[in-house]
Amino acid sequence: MKMKSRLAKNWLYVPLILMAVFYLIPMYVMLVTGFKSFAEIDLKTMWNLPSGIHFDNFIEAFSKLSPHLWNSFLMVIPAALISSALGSLNGFILAKWKFRGADVIFPFILFGMFIPYQSILIPLVVFMRTITMPVGAFFQSVGIDFPVSLAALALAHIIYGIPITTLTFRNYYASLPQELLEAAKIDGADMLGIYRWILLPISLPSFVVVLIWQFTSAWNDFLFAVVLTGNSDWPITVALNNMAGSQIIAWNVQMAGSLLAALPTLLVYIFLGRYFLRGLLAGSLKG
Amino acid sequence: MLRDKDRYLSILLISPSILAVLIFVYGFIAWSVRVSLSKWKGLNADYTWNGIQNYLNLFSDPRFAVDVRNTLIFTGVFVIGSILLGFLLAVMLDQGLKGESFFRSLFLFPMAISYIVTGVVWRWLMNPASGSRTSGLNLLFSNLHLDFLQNAWHTTPYWGIAAIALAAIWQMSGYTMALYLAGLRSIPVELREAAQIDGATEFQIYRYIMLPLLSPVTLSALIILGHMSLKVFDLIIAIAGKQLPLDVPAIYMWQTTFDGLFYGRGAAIGILLLLSVAVLIIPYIRYTLKTETEA
Repeated sequence: MKMKSRLAKNWLYVPLILMAVFYLIPMYVMLVTGFKSFAEIDLKTMWNLPSGIHFDNFIEAFSKLSPHLWNSFLMVIPAALISSALGSLNGFILAKWKFRGADVIFPFILFGMFIPYQSILIPLVVFMRTITMPVGAFFQSVGIDFPVSLAALALAHIIYGIPITTLTFRNYYASLPQELLEAAKIDGADMLGIYRWILLPISLPSFVVVLIWQFTSAWNDFLFAVVLTGNSDWPITVALNNMAGSQIIAWNVQMAGSLLAALPTLLVYIFLGRYFLRGLLAGSLKG
Repeated sequence: MLRDKDRYLSILLISPSILAVLIFVYGFIAWSVRVSLSKWKGLNADYTWNGIQNYLNLFSDPRFAVDVRNTLIFTGVFVIGSILLGFLLAVMLDQGLKGESFFRSLFLFPMAISYIVTGVVWRWLMNPASGSRTSGLNLLFSNLHLDFLQNAWHTTPYWGIAAIALAAIWQMSGYTMALYLAGLRSIPVELREAAQIDGATEFQIYRYIMLPLLSPVTLSALIILGHMSLKVFDLIIAIAGKQLPLDVPAIYMWQTTFDGLFYGRGAAIGILLLLSVAVLIIPYIRYTLKTETEA
């Protein structure tokens, strides 16, 4: 009986492998197209393997996209770091240092992570334009080439990232026993001392979860980027979309460009997938 | 009891974040509402009172009617597809097969990629060209002698948006799988064993024991995926650009505001989107926080 059900279960590999093929098709097309030489590019042979490993497409795509890849890094790293730090502090206060009204405030913060950004887009653009103009003018007058609109984009990601980072840290800190804090309090530690010496050292896994989440969502964002940044400040998503929309740049270069744009978040996923999954579940309030 | 110093400090430390959310979420929503009630059209702000005229215009706007229809079709295909596929994958991976974690990672990796990348690739996979210019999936179908599967994808009249939903299912079904898998793992093994002893078949166990116990997961998935489909934007832009047959409210809002400078109308679309999302999300947040305190 046990034997029989084992054998029966092996049949499950058939649908599983079929599904795996389905999930890999876009990757396959991106890779085989990316590694073809220019001479081999033909829509009719798009499913064929390349004759060898050629980097023509990647070099071409990289030469067009590299400033924008750099823009993305420049914007995403501070955005992820700052919103995670804020989330940790907020989570600590909302979970372990509740002031009156903390439980009322929390759902209001949470709602911010679900709103369609179209409902705040006009004020956001007007507001950012109003701030970035004088700031940009100032940097220009002192002769510094500062990407003001990228900074505005990072700021938007920080602020609209607060709900999810706060949620993740709050859930984590709420799961820690209250005794942990009481003991420290008896020893005379104050609030910041408890945060710094007790909670922060054990928060590393949560920081990884939140940093990955923020990195991925800011890197992959298109809407904020397209309305807040100008041509030279475009992050990779906007630049890639424009490349794909243009008639001049061939589809093979677009494929290579897509892979370049996906690579940073894919690498994070491959090496830190476990933490990625936890962020994902937190995003559905189930963390 | 909190010491006074620490109480003030905690409020002081959290207030920048609360203030930021207050302004950038709630203040900006109020600002958008005000814009939606104005005659603002053009580069310069114009807050002349216009009542609910922008909303009334949308309700009789044929383009907005297309948007609503497209959103409904997209939501139906995307939500049902992702939930069914995610559930089936989770049940298969729940059987304790070898290589489970490999498959799990594989089904989930599209989540790490941006809609723009997904869109650019799927735009070539769903190339609708026919005859000697056939390529993409249509070419693959022809090579595999599955010609009957060939279709015009997102250029199909009326149902084109369903093709976009296919790409969205590719991207998001791993997420529902992860939700269901986490749900399945939280069901005590004893329950399954008891049913097995009582002679229940594997199908009966999933149908009559697991599925009812998983209904909170299904509810979360419905709400999360449902609210995502109301917001769908970048995926369509990357696959098809701005095309009227594939228009949705988010694209209409973007185009009418920033290309057409119809700020009043754009704000009205944004607020309608917000209301439709709020109807789903507010009860969900209340329900989740309530079950959390009970647990």
